[in-house]
Amino acid sequence: MRNIFLFIRRYFVLLTFLVLQGIALWMFFRFNRFHRTVFLGVANELTGSINSQVDKVDDYFRLREENRRVHRMNDSLLNLLKTNYNFPDTGLQVVVDSLKFDTLKTEYRRYVYRDAKVVYNSVNFENNYLQLSRGANNGVRDNMAVINSDGAIVGVVINVSPNFSQVMGLLHTKSRVPAMMKTSLAAGTIRWDAADPRFLTLDGISKDVEINKGDSVLTSRYSYNYPPGFLIGTIAEVKVDQATGFYLLKVRSATDFTSIQQVFVVENLQREEQLQLNSDTENILNQDRR
Amino acid sequence: MSDLIKNIFRLAIFILVQVYVLNKIPHLHRFIIPYLYFVFILWLPFNTPRLSLLFIGFITGLTLDYFKLTPGLHTAACVLIAYIRPFIIGILISKEVTELTFHEPSPRGMGWTQYMIYAFILTLLHHTYLVLLEWLQFGSFLDFLIKVGSTTAVSMLLITTVELMFPRSLKYRTNTA
Repeated sequence: MRNIFLFIRRYFVLLTFLVLQGIALWMFFRFNRFHRTVFLGVANELTGSINSQVDKVDDYFRLREENRRVHRMNDSLLNLLKTNYNFPDTGLQVVVDSLKFDTLKTEYRRYVYRDAKVVYNSVNFENNYLQLSRGANNGVRDNMAVINSDGAIVGVVINVSPNFSQVMGLLHTKSRVPAMMKTSLAAGTIRWDAADPRFLTLDGISKDVEINKGDSVLTSRYSYNYPPGFLIGTIAEVKVDQATGFYLLKVRSATDFTSIQQVFVVENLQREEQLQLNSDTENILNQDRR
Repeated sequence: MSDLIKNIFRLAIFILVQVYVLNKIPHLHRFIIPYLYFVFILWLPFNTPRLSLLFIGFITGLTLDYFKLTPGLHTAACVLIAYIRPFIIGILISKEVTELTFHEPSPRGMGWTQYMIYAFILTLLHHTYLVLLEWLQFGSFLDFLIKVGSTTAVSMLLITTVELMFPRSLKYRTNTA
């Protein structure tokens, strides 16, 4: 017994070092798998409040770019107004299905948009996160999609605290976004190879689909998180992988990740139902097999 | 100013500069990532007990980790250099300098050559461990080597710049006071 105490006293610093290393590595590997760690909620609130103070100054340097984006978005929305269209047949009545617009009947509505402000953002690392100034108190929850003020995809919420939320951007090595080509509707997956923050990679499109430089890549219709038809980017480089017969596509990101300011957080109101249906189907299949 | 207050201010400044200046500089190349915050550990006084060094390293890394949302990554690297630091000092610098004459590591007290070797070894260790942990989940071995080399070079450049721009006043320890 005495020897053990002597041993501990002799190597106390080394043992402390090993314990602290152990804690650090445990946090590191755990976070990489589950995106959860100790004190993250408290830390998020703290860093969030400091970030939003610094962000107030930072805003002024990006106002011009932001104004341009918002104006363009307004322009595209103005063009959708009913008054822009002339209906020559007077017998025809335009009926707007008000059910779909009724906020009380949420079962008809699929997506809800909430505005949020980006308070911290980086592009220099392999795993880049954004922090938003809206959290659980404002209805933001995990797995909600985030789009830029001009409707380009930014990322997905992975963690929320009461007043702030963390977003895994497209510039993250673990980010996978279901995508489709605008013209052919061919489905693939968007990821990032951590090389250049301007370019993303599109996988999983076979080479019999015709793809040209400049084609638009949109979010897929088959996604629980992302609303369909929002722009991710445009094709910048087309190469064919001869071994697999799939394209190696380089996509120029529609979002300029260095100047994101105002974003929308998109909630899929039917997400739970879709996931429920999914797991129910799995259960039925498993039962049949037995 | 007492050592404790001075070092708390230093930690705050290093973390803020790292988070709001160095992490936010426009993307130059994927191999160029400027790190400076760990110099805080290099600058701690010679007479800091080894145990408190470890805990200071832990707190330094953890603070940056919560800002960057990489819990554990920088913490592990900082604890490592905090543990190695006394050995390097023991090898490089004579007892006379560390225990009697000077207060904390600085190029003016230790001489540029020795200070740069000291800084280089710890920087290299810090970056190697950091990039190794990142590499475990992503990237190729060649990337790993290039990244260690380039980030160390950038950090050494930053350290030299900081030492030239903000020469710390030498505090000779005398037995008169």
